[in-house]
Amino acid sequence: MLSLDLSFYNWELFTSYILKGLLFSVQLTVIATLGGIVFGTFLALMRLSGKPTLVYPATFYINTMRSIPLVMVILWFFLLIPMLIGRPIGADLSATITFIAFEAAFFSEIVRAGIQSVPKGQAYAAEALGMTYGQNMRLIILPQAFRNMIPVFMTQTIILFQDTSLVYAIGAYDLLKGFEIAGKNYGRPIETYILAAFTYFIICFSLSKVVRKIHTKVAIIR
Amino acid sequence: MIELRNVSKWYGSFQVLTDCSSSIRKGEVVVICGPSGSGKSTLIKTINALEPFQQGEITVDGVPLHDPKTNLPQLRARVGMVFQHFELFPHLSVTENLTLAQMKVLGRSADEANKHGLKYLERVGLLAQKDKFPGQLSGGQQQRVAIARALSMDPIVMLFDEPTSALDPEMVGEVLDVMVKLANEGMTMCCVTHEMGFARKVSHRVIFMDQGRIVEDCSKAEFFDHPEARSPRAKEFLSKILAN
Repeated sequence: MLSLDLSFYNWELFTSYILKGLLFSVQLTVIATLGGIVFGTFLALMRLSGKPTLVYPATFYINTMRSIPLVMVILWFFLLIPMLIGRPIGADLSATITFIAFEAAFFSEIVRAGIQSVPKGQAYAAEALGMTYGQNMRLIILPQAFRNMIPVFMTQTIILFQDTSLVYAIGAYDLLKGFEIAGKNYGRPIETYILAAFTYFIICFSLSKVVRKIHTKVAIIR
Repeated sequence: MIELRNVSKWYGSFQVLTDCSSSIRKGEVVVICGPSGSGKSTLIKTINALEPFQQGEITVDGVPLHDPKTNLPQLRARVGMVFQHFELFPHLSVTENLTLAQMKVLGRSADEANKHGLKYLERVGLLAQKDKFPGQLSGGQQQRVAIARALSMDPIVMLFDEPTSALDPEMVGEVLDVMVKLANEGMTMCCVTHEMGFARKVSHRVIFMDQGRIVEDCSKAEFFDHPEARSPRAKEFLSKILAN
């Protein structure tokens, strides 16, 4: 029979081990989401530009990123960049750059679908009013595309939050790492991993509840 | 004001416009009609270069569209266009719909754009709806806002691409009323429409298209009052459309 000792589940566990990791995981998630959306939007615009010199590089990048397991990208990046620039970069910075680069590929596909979900007539109307391509995108198409895509963005962000645990591969101190170290120090790995699973569940489950609420609120009335 | 010379357009190997030539003078109201798929919507969209064409020449107020050096956004800002499906911007309020392009394209101040936009909103009788969103308006109201939006750019010509085709029958009248008023004020207009009543009432000329060609281009009187002098295809169209 499995006997669990939960006596060390207390505030001290949280402040000395978990908090630091939680902050890093959240920070990584937020930065990678924002960075991913910005770069993903550029990739999406490149793919939709119809100009071969823009379409092919973007398509190549997106397909490559989407076909390689994230943990490999994390590892490769961590090992390759120091070789390229001649000095080591920290695990935190490496993880941040990797996640932005990786998420850009996924967000670009979401943005692309979002742009295509806006009726063609909207672009015509903006053009007919004399707007340039840039104004059209910035003022008319992207605001509608992003509104349509908010639920999907958030779902992707939840997945991203879970994926941040993969930075264990390069030894960065994230939420999972916090639990792992606490488990070692207290000599209670099973209990800490149970708590870790529970923590991830609570965070992700409540976020998906929020997504559902938002979904009905942001829909544009046409 | 608008000159079309031998305009031809292909989608791949399929030719949608063949040698279309015509001209529209200042203050003239021209109705383009014809069976569906005859190229009328495509033709009207070439006039503000929303649809590219491969052969021929179009000049609008002296500006050549076929010249690659022409600044198309600048030209389009001076040509008003109203679409079949209204195409108001659903994420913006009615007022924002009216003012956005005035500010971003014409560089007007927010105050000026507001004043100007609301003046036209009042003229289409919808001032009370200024803070609503397009989705809260009926189709007829949306189309009237769309007309006001185009007018607030002070266009030199207004293009209408089947402005009443997507409307419930009972809303057609309110949109046509606005168009009639506009025509009577001397606005240069080019309208793709099936509303023959409108054509009879206010148009000066009727262009009839079939299979991508301009088959008839004559005065309203000639078109409606002397059907015997028309081409067989136009005669057939007229007899069908005037029967009901």
